[in-house]
Amino acid sequence: MLDNLLILTAVPVLNVQLLLDGLFIGAIFALAAYGLALVWGVMNVKNLAQGDFVMMGGYIAFVMSKMGIHPIFGLPVAIVLMFAFGWIVYRLIISRVIGRDMFTSLLATFGLAILLQQVLNLIFGPEVQTAESGFEIRSILGGMVTVADIKFISFLLTAVLAAIVVTFMKFSRMGQAIRATAQDARAAKVMGIDTDRVYAFTYALNAAICGAAGVLIAMIWVLQPFFGLAYSIRCFVIVTAAGLGNLPGVIMAGLGLGAFEQFGGFILGAEFQQAIVVGMLVLVLLIRQFQQGRQRQAVV
Amino acid sequence: MFKLFKSTALLLSSTAVLVLGLAGPAQAKVEGDTIILGSAISFTGKYSTNGIHASNGYNLAVKRINESGGIRVGGKSYKFKVKYYDDESTPARGAQLAERLIKQDGIKYMLGPYSSGLTKAVAPVTAKYKVPMVEAEGASRSLFTQGNKYIFAVLSTSEQYLASAIALAAEIAKKNGKKPQDVRVAMAFENDPFSLDVRAGVVDDVSKYGMKIVIDDKLPRDLADMSATLTKVKALKPDLLVVSGHSKGAATAARQIKEMQIDTPMIAMTHCEAAKIITKFGAATNGFLCPTQWAETLSYKDSLFGSAADFDRLFKATYDGYKNVPYQAAQAAAAVMVWKDAFERANSFDTEKVREALTKTDMRTFYGNIRFSDAGNNIAKPMVLRQIQDGTLNVVAPSNWASHKVEHPRMVNY
Repeated sequence: MLDNLLILTAVPVLNVQLLLDGLFIGAIFALAAYGLALVWGVMNVKNLAQGDFVMMGGYIAFVMSKMGIHPIFGLPVAIVLMFAFGWIVYRLIISRVIGRDMFTSLLATFGLAILLQQVLNLIFGPEVQTAESGFEIRSILGGMVTVADIKFISFLLTAVLAAIVVTFMKFSRMGQAIRATAQDARAAKVMGIDTDRVYAFTYALNAAICGAAGVLIAMIWVLQPFFGLAYSIRCFVIVTAAGLGNLPGVIMAGLGLGAFEQFGGFILGAEFQQAIVVGMLVLVLLIRQFQQGRQRQAVV
Repeated sequence: MFKLFKSTALLLSSTAVLVLGLAGPAQAKVEGDTIILGSAISFTGKYSTNGIHASNGYNLAVKRINESGGIRVGGKSYKFKVKYYDDESTPARGAQLAERLIKQDGIKYMLGPYSSGLTKAVAPVTAKYKVPMVEAEGASRSLFTQGNKYIFAVLSTSEQYLASAIALAAEIAKKNGKKPQDVRVAMAFENDPFSLDVRAGVVDDVSKYGMKIVIDDKLPRDLADMSATLTKVKALKPDLLVVSGHSKGAATAARQIKEMQIDTPMIAMTHCEAAKIITKFGAATNGFLCPTQWAETLSYKDSLFGSAADFDRLFKATYDGYKNVPYQAAQAAAAVMVWKDAFERANSFDTEKVREALTKTDMRTFYGNIRFSDAGNNIAKPMVLRQIQDGTLNVVAPSNWASHKVEHPRMVNY
């Protein structure tokens, strides 16, 4: 561990590599986590199938690249398909567990996650898949730091998508309805908001966001039907750290987690890269507990 | 009176049926002229791809043996048949089904499942019932350290997978006027039984040559990113990078080696083929060394299938959709050949006699030579090392099977 720290101080340029890799991937984590924050905040549903939605999006990009279409065009396709899929899942499953206690929704989405993994496994097989962007790879700072263009492009795309979602939530009627429902579902209903439709839309929007994140993941990391869980855990860590309805917090936590994973993996060894994520979750929960002990917060 | 007679007859006959029914399975090992082998293997779940490759190998060998005269035991000719169950890629299910094959179906001769994990679950069950198992897909060396007398494996064990790369690195160092002790090795292994076995073999050989390990990272099971490890490789510039983590490890490594333009002169990894890295990552994979149990270009031969190339052709002609024949299928076929050979030498169906015969196996097959150690692993077949050269895999080590010279340092332009 000390050796690795020494490497970082001896070759400080490596910090840039780790930081860039962390931020680029962290942005995608943040995107998927924002979807979770939305569903959690608005519907009080803890969606354990979050990571599997991400994988589904990834497989859409994979299929497109198999068909000879550049996987980046998978982005709009995944958004549309996953939105529709999210809507159907809401109608079939989520609408039945909403408003029930926490464990019902946890069980239902956990079951959904297993189902999706197995279906993906049946269709695509258990082998690892990737979608190749074929974009340039640049080396900077004397070849010690390499940046794949696709990572940079996905970083930009993530920012654009986040901006669109935020604008939508702020200014559109549906966005306002979603925020109203999040504040007080009963009052929103009294005011004439069709909360059922709002819920369906929110869940579908979340699936679409995850799908977009998956397309980017397919071009940067690898896909496997059972890899969704790692993303679900990351989303939970980010949302727990940032709190619900706190978009800047989600972005910061996402980027931070990405960078933290990279530095942790470098210093402590790759075997700790994911342990760090879970360790962070414990730490965040402890801090929250401590904060809550000091000042009682109203639960919205 | 007549009524009583009738009901007694009914009772007797139904008892007879019941007794026969119960007695039935005990004879099920050989039904008429058919010897029934049993296997619980993965048709669904995460090992399904390779499970199906393996079962195709079993089936092809069974078909070929049956067509070419069958198995001669006691002057009579018998045929093979395999009874399969789907273990759903889960060890608990595998063990359960092995028990069912033995206890309910009366199977006395087993073929192995796919993967070391499943084999590890099934082996204690077959040992408990003293049923010999010839397996072709479990390479973990821990399978052969339990004192299990009923397991026989045709493949090379996992600690041999990348050990040949270390030997090759030492050879190259000597050729270049350096000492093997100067070779610096970076290792990245997944934290699972198979990869850790591979690692143990590498570590043994590294210390044998007195080489220095500069990176020793263990990758988590569902890690899709090893850029932190590769950043270290960039900083420390080792002479050899070894990676093992099933297909996902190979795919992740190949993608990120390309992305980070890693220029280590020698890179060795397992599962190159399964991860299809050549088609996916193209020229960036040039020079990777990939171990394999078997290759169709090897000069092994037998009387049943002919040469390795003949097996390759027959397999492709029999099953659609194979561009390359996976070694998983080849070794599965070899396992069935081992059974035939053992039955014929034992000249009996007694499991103990057949087990005795198995221990004395000494065969030359299209898959390689087969001779079992006391622990049950095959000690007659070396692991083959192939190198990706201009997009094709060429055998470069061990030297008596090599068709091409090793390229060192690997020629790659990013």
